[in-house]
Amino acid sequence: VKAPAFSYARPHTLEEVFDLLDEHGEDVRILAGGQSLLATLNLRLSAPALLVDITSLDFGGIRHTENRLVIGALTTHREVEHSALVRQYAPLLAAAMPHVAHVAIRNRGTIGGSLALADPSAEWPACAVALDAHIIVQSRQGQRGIAAREFFVGLYETALKPGELIVGVEFDAAAPGDRSFFDELARRHGDYAAVGLASHARNVAGHGLTELRLVFFGAGVAPVMLPDLVANRVNSDINDLSKKLFDLVDQTLVPPGDLHFSSAAKLHLAKVLAGRAIDQLIKVQE
Amino acid sequence: MTSSKFPNAGGILIKLSVNGEAISRWVQPRTHLVDFLREDLGLTGSRVACEHGVCGACTVQVDGKIVRGCLTLAVQMEEADVWTIEGLSDAGALRPLQDAFHTCNAAQCGYCTTGMLLTANDLLRTPGASCTRQAIRSHISGNLCRCTGYQSIVDAIEKVATSAGGTAA
Repeated sequence: VKAPAFSYARPHTLEEVFDLLDEHGEDVRILAGGQSLLATLNLRLSAPALLVDITSLDFGGIRHTENRLVIGALTTHREVEHSALVRQYAPLLAAAMPHVAHVAIRNRGTIGGSLALADPSAEWPACAVALDAHIIVQSRQGQRGIAAREFFVGLYETALKPGELIVGVEFDAAAPGDRSFFDELARRHGDYAAVGLASHARNVAGHGLTELRLVFFGAGVAPVMLPDLVANRVNSDINDLSKKLFDLVDQTLVPPGDLHFSSAAKLHLAKVLAGRAIDQLIKVQE
Repeated sequence: MTSSKFPNAGGILIKLSVNGEAISRWVQPRTHLVDFLREDLGLTGSRVACEHGVCGACTVQVDGKIVRGCLTLAVQMEEADVWTIEGLSDAGALRPLQDAFHTCNAAQCGYCTTGMLLTANDLLRTPGASCTRQAIRSHISGNLCRCTGYQSIVDAIEKVATSAGGTAA
């Protein structure tokens, strides 16, 4: 399995990237870390005429400013995994990163690439939705931020328009009372998950639980967020909450079955993860 | 190969360092790093197997980090510092691991061994990394051994991790 022939360009400015996108349109694929793109080329699932390598652009780095954590699109999964800023201000991401494929892949794969691909079984899209992140995209016309919950619109389908490029992602920095939970069930560590769960709870300590975001992946064509069970209700009874949550999973998820897991098995696994999440997020505090 | 649709598909000149030696070569954009190493440079220690990032047989080290040779293009390696099993072995960097693999019978058919060695070396030289059996398993989870000789591979890595002065380079 070898990739088909294509041309290659490595521009050093955004202007050059936009020129190439304008000139070649549908025939272009953006190359960042390439950890999904090159696999699809090797398997000849895709045959672009031109790869535009954007890794010479300056969209890396992790910054914390005014209660926001901003991660550049070209930041690798491994850099996020090892970042002290991420551990402090977005612990959900730190917990998720060890599950993203394997070390050798995390060393090259990028956050922007994962978000742009929007694989329904991938960790990044679910984490972005769970943390209510904003995806910052750039075009010749300027920048805009897209809420993660509006970004993933379908199977491998995003709200990106032609001529737009992801340049970074913005997260609200986690507050001291916040808690996160991440877990996924896979046949081998690092493989795509059968089902996974990214969740974030606000104000678990202090004023009482005010928000509980539970986002499943591998359970639909895009990340699936459950309706918030606790929205602004303080200290719900834990057993009551678990039961309501399992009912909600049953009502909300219709996971697509695959070669290894039927839809019913995935639904069961989703409830296993939901139970673990409640244990970790809330019971620990009591 | 060259046509108006693929203006530079026939070749791009890259300059890089391989095993400490400066190299410059014309490569096709479609050529993977591992194929470039094996076919253009004759460095056949890095293996080609699944060619879509699952098996880890093609693991090489780029700028100090392990990567998949089949999910990296040679043209992306401009100015990179690439090390393969040949260079790391000659430099003696893998000697404790190679000895332990030998002693523990951790190489059966040998096809996955070079990738295993580079991945194990990556774990052992990560400062502060846990080297419990579970941590070792997790670190090599991206390297498949189709002889299924994982127990002895983990034994070998654990042996180096726990032996006095056995830190790999």
